[in-house]
Amino acid sequence: MTEPKFNADSVPVLALGYRFQWEPAQDCYVLLYPEGMVKLNPAAGEILKRISEKKQTVGELIAELKAAFNGADLDDDVYQFLEEAHDNDWIRAE
Amino acid sequence: MTTTGSEQNKAPGSTGGEMGMNSQNHIRQPLWLLAELTYACPLQCPYCSNPMDFANIKSELTTEEWINVFKQARAMGATQLGLSGGEPLARPDIIELIREARNLGFYTNLITSGIGLDASKAQAFKDAGLDHIQVSFQASSEDLNNLIAGTDAFQHKIEMAKAVKAAGYPMVLCFVTHRQNIDQIEEILDLAINLDADYVELATTQYYGWAMHNRDQLLPLKEQLERAEAIAHRYQEEQKGNMKIYYVVPDYYEERPKACMNGWGNVFLTVTPDGTALPCHAARDLPGMELPNVRDLSIREIWEDSNDFNRFRGFDWMKEPCRSCDERFKDFGGCRCQAYMLTGDPAMADPVCGKSPDHHLILEAIERGREEAAKPAQEAKPLVFRNPKNSKEICGS
Repeated sequence: MTEPKFNADSVPVLALGYRFQWEPAQDCYVLLYPEGMVKLNPAAGEILKRISEKKQTVGELIAELKAAFNGADLDDDVYQFLEEAHDNDWIRAE
Repeated sequence: MTTTGSEQNKAPGSTGGEMGMNSQNHIRQPLWLLAELTYACPLQCPYCSNPMDFANIKSELTTEEWINVFKQARAMGATQLGLSGGEPLARPDIIELIREARNLGFYTNLITSGIGLDASKAQAFKDAGLDHIQVSFQASSEDLNNLIAGTDAFQHKIEMAKAVKAAGYPMVLCFVTHRQNIDQIEEILDLAINLDADYVELATTQYYGWAMHNRDQLLPLKEQLERAEAIAHRYQEEQKGNMKIYYVVPDYYEERPKACMNGWGNVFLTVTPDGTALPCHAARDLPGMELPNVRDLSIREIWEDSNDFNRFRGFDWMKEPCRSCDERFKDFGGCRCQAYMLTGDPAMADPVCGKSPDHHLILEAIERGREEAAKPAQEAKPLVFRNPKNSKEICGS
């Protein structure tokens, strides 16, 4: 297990060259990057949508997701996703 | 909730990444549009993949025609747009094309030699919404680079690579490697580190078009590749988290073929300067192609109904050993153009495959390269540079 890259105060941002958008032909959110595309499942889409729209801390991001999804207990899932997304070079921590 | 992102879909011809979407029954979409905007180019690289007869192809699509192509492909699900050539910056409408493509939602990739670029243009492209610029280099040393490119372009390229980064892009450098520069791989990577590059692609020459014509002079030797690979892997380790290095072994030295274009007519669509639609940029030279044109037919008609795009789709066209091979779902029998160039029949297995009855053709080509490399310089065949004069001399006009 490597050192976690994110805590409640870190600000996740999309990595340079990555773009997030809704893709009607795929019926899902996608990440686009030089010469490639990642199709996102709905949960990953909801997280990256918020990261791409505005700069905020992980704490604020989780609060916003909870508000949107009936207070669901999703902290661990969000942290896990952020670490995976970081390992894939989709996002970095500011 | 499960939160892993899903299917990755790397472009054909690019390195790394996984291929999704290779099942037989999925709905095929032209996810990748390669727009070869022009065959004009100030360079004369002898490994160019443009067709040998490019000088005879005259009538370029207009701005409106290109935008119409972008719209149609986008509506069919295309997300990646490669703006290529020739040298795409030779098109005076390049900014307008970038802006329109970006507004349509494309991820826009400009694939350039850097000639014709300056800092203010790099910024103007950024303002128009360009997502990514790839600057190609011929080698690390100024002399070799100028020799291979046939012009005095190197210092300018260095400045352009810096300007691209200054304009807020990741710096993506592409070095096309072959026998005459692969021994300089350390210098190439050191140059990339000095430039603070984000991605370096050590792209091996693919033997199509001009490169095929010059194959005996360009094909690297096995010992060169082994050395280059060891160095590339060392730098990959050292640069982890800093600079990403993609290194691919030339398919001539593989035992299995590449999954060319991720399958014929599967995700990839090329439109050439005159509007010809192709399943890959080398397919123009195959026999029996009808070469549908976007001036006559819609992209949908071409993609779904044309004989060209259906010709090697799926698996029914295959001959043995591909037809009964378990690996056909993974590599699609390799490259149709390579099969044709080497065996005369585009439906044969790609001779790169060790199971192909024609595999000896690859081994013989490697041997010819070795013989050529052993000759003293004055006896070696000269490289034929890609320029209109040579194009007309070789192909007639």
